[in-house]
Amino acid sequence: MSIVFDRPHALVDKPLHYCPGCTHGIIHRLVAEVIDELGIEGKTVGVSPVGCTYNNYEYFNCDMVQAAHGRAPAVATGIRRSLPDNVVFTYQGDGDLAAIGTAEIVHAATRGERITTIFVNNAIYGMTSGQMAPTTLVGQVSTTTPFGRKPELHGYPVKVCELLSTLEGAVYIERVAVNNVQNIKKAKAAIKKAFELQLAGKGFTLVEVLSTCPTNWGMNPVKSIKWLEENMMPHYKLGVYKDISAE
Amino acid sequence: MSEKLLMKGNEVIAEAALRAGCRHYFGYPITPQTEVAHYMAKKMEQIGGVFVQAESEVAAINMVYGAASTGKRVMTSSSSPGISLKQEGISYSACAELPMVIVDVVRCGPGLGGILPAQCDYFQIVKGGGHGDYNLVVFAPSSIQELYELVVHAFNVADQYRNPVVILGDGYLGQMMEAVEFKDEEVINKVEKPWATVGTNMEREHNVITSIYIEADVLEAHNNKLQAKYRAIEANETMVEEFNCEGADVIVTAYGTVARIVKNVIKDAAKEGIKVGLIRPITLWPFPKASFEKYAETPKGFLCVEMSAGQMVEDVRLAINGKNSVDFHGRTGGNVPSQKDIMAIVREIAARK
Ligand SMILES: Cc1ncc(C[n+]2csc(CCOP(=O)(O)OP(=O)(O)O)c2C)c(N)n1
Ligand code: SF4
Ligand SMILES: [Mg+2]
Repeated sequence: MSIVFDRPHALVDKPLHYCPGCTHGIIHRLVAEVIDELGIEGKTVGVSPVGCTYNNYEYFNCDMVQAAHGRAPAVATGIRRSLPDNVVFTYQGDGDLAAIGTAEIVHAATRGERITTIFVNNAIYGMTSGQMAPTTLVGQVSTTTPFGRKPELHGYPVKVCELLSTLEGAVYIERVAVNNVQNIKKAKAAIKKAFELQLAGKGFTLVEVLSTCPTNWGMNPVKSIKWLEENMMPHYKLGVYKDISAE
Repeated sequence: MSEKLLMKGNEVIAEAALRAGCRHYFGYPITPQTEVAHYMAKKMEQIGGVFVQAESEVAAINMVYGAASTGKRVMTSSSSPGISLKQEGISYSACAELPMVIVDVVRCGPGLGGILPAQCDYFQIVKGGGHGDYNLVVFAPSSIQELYELVVHAFNVADQYRNPVVILGDGYLGQMMEAVEFKDEEVINKVEKPWATVGTNMEREHNVITSIYIEADVLEAHNNKLQAKYRAIEANETMVEEFNCEGADVIVTAYGTVARIVKNVIKDAAKEGIKVGLIRPITLWPFPKASFEKYAETPKGFLCVEMSAGQMVEDVRLAINGKNSVDFHGRTGGNVPSQKDIMAIVREIAARK
């Protein structure tokens, strides 16, 4: 009997603590599969954020560093500059990356730090129970926009890929989703490409992954996927925003 | 042959760090310590080290956190308002037990304050500043030679105890030019760092650097471990200069450049037949309590002099513990306590019954 589907080596054999139907788990698996396929686990250092995935250092088998809220790109900069031959990635939520950590991500990209950022956009603050994120959609109800996000009161949802792709130091920026098998495959290909470009020493790479938060969206997992497709995907268009290897 | 040079304090900080094996520096410009960054930018590029001008002090300290995680000797420098911004990262680094050297060339505050020298960061450096129960080892040099030696020592102490260490100097120390004699070779405490996150190389379990412990008992156990380490540092690393204290009429206490003014006062007072002693804490944490306890009942009174509205004086009073009077004299805004003003208070204390 041959094993055709197994846990990637880069994932620790441990049950994930995420809510049922949360797509953080899928994204973890994709990152781990890419690390396995590229054979880089032994030289990879990951940086965990503050958010629901604060302790994903327990799940990834490579060396891991936990960072303060939003500071992962700065921490990754310190690691990468100390370990020029290694591979460094950050895993960050939308509150972490696009609110409190805006300066750190913009300047890591500006400097062209050779790191890969996995940016998980679930349009909400998951861990702290569903407050508005910078990515929360207009009209979306959250615990701090109880009557829906109103631009005149709360501003507009930020498009991170569009913003960062204007920076010269960013060499690869793509937005993907994990709503169906086809898109999950594309998401994995994007993550792999980002790591490959880092390995080639090109510059800053980021993959934004549209993700669900059934718990704080107040929906079951199936409805959550539908909500992502009908509401997030029209605003956050999937695609490659920057790829210097294609230019 | 050791080398004797005339150098500015800020440049000595950078040179000493390089001599201690520091090859990673992250900072953000702020007066009056900017020459540290200038020196580092030039040298690091020449010797293949790492210099990054960060987007903020918040980012700089987190870059230090990252570099320290890999076990590298790493430094950042700043001045008061910048140190306020670093406090988040300092607390995380203390909890994650990351060795690093942080230089604070203090300027006057609060707020944007001014760029003139001060000692008003005692509270934010010695008493925490960041959240949680932690301690930083804090060195307060009072000459350029001592500055050099303590910067090198700071890297050794940081590595030995896996703890952030601070060099607290006032603006004078940063700007002042003085002769410094560099050793041919530094004493480098080579500490193994099996905990460093440098990649597993598929040869060991993964290493994790973290400052989060969600369960109460686990976090308390970690706190107890930190506290045990702090007790060991108190027992082994306290540094103090006691000068002229035996049988003194008045004991003045001051640190950093203010202690130099007090030394002049000691000479003036001697001419008037008043014996003045000096207790100069070299480590502000651990605070040299034992020196104060030893001489608590010797003089007619103690006088604490600072370039602040009264910060270290709180620790002096705790150490004296009611056994004697502790007067305070301080200047703020960038003003310096004058020999004349200190002398007037010394006379007054000496005249007490
Ligand atoms: C300095 C600081 N401010 C606030 C918090 C509280 N906090 C923890 S997680 C979080 C939001 C995380 O949301 P996001 O980055 O979107 O991650 P998600 O949980 O949705 O994956 C906040 C505000 C904190 N830990 N530290
Ligand atoms: S709160 Fe939301 S983001 Fe967090 S684990 Fe649960 S479903 Fe996922
Ligand atoms: Mg989120």
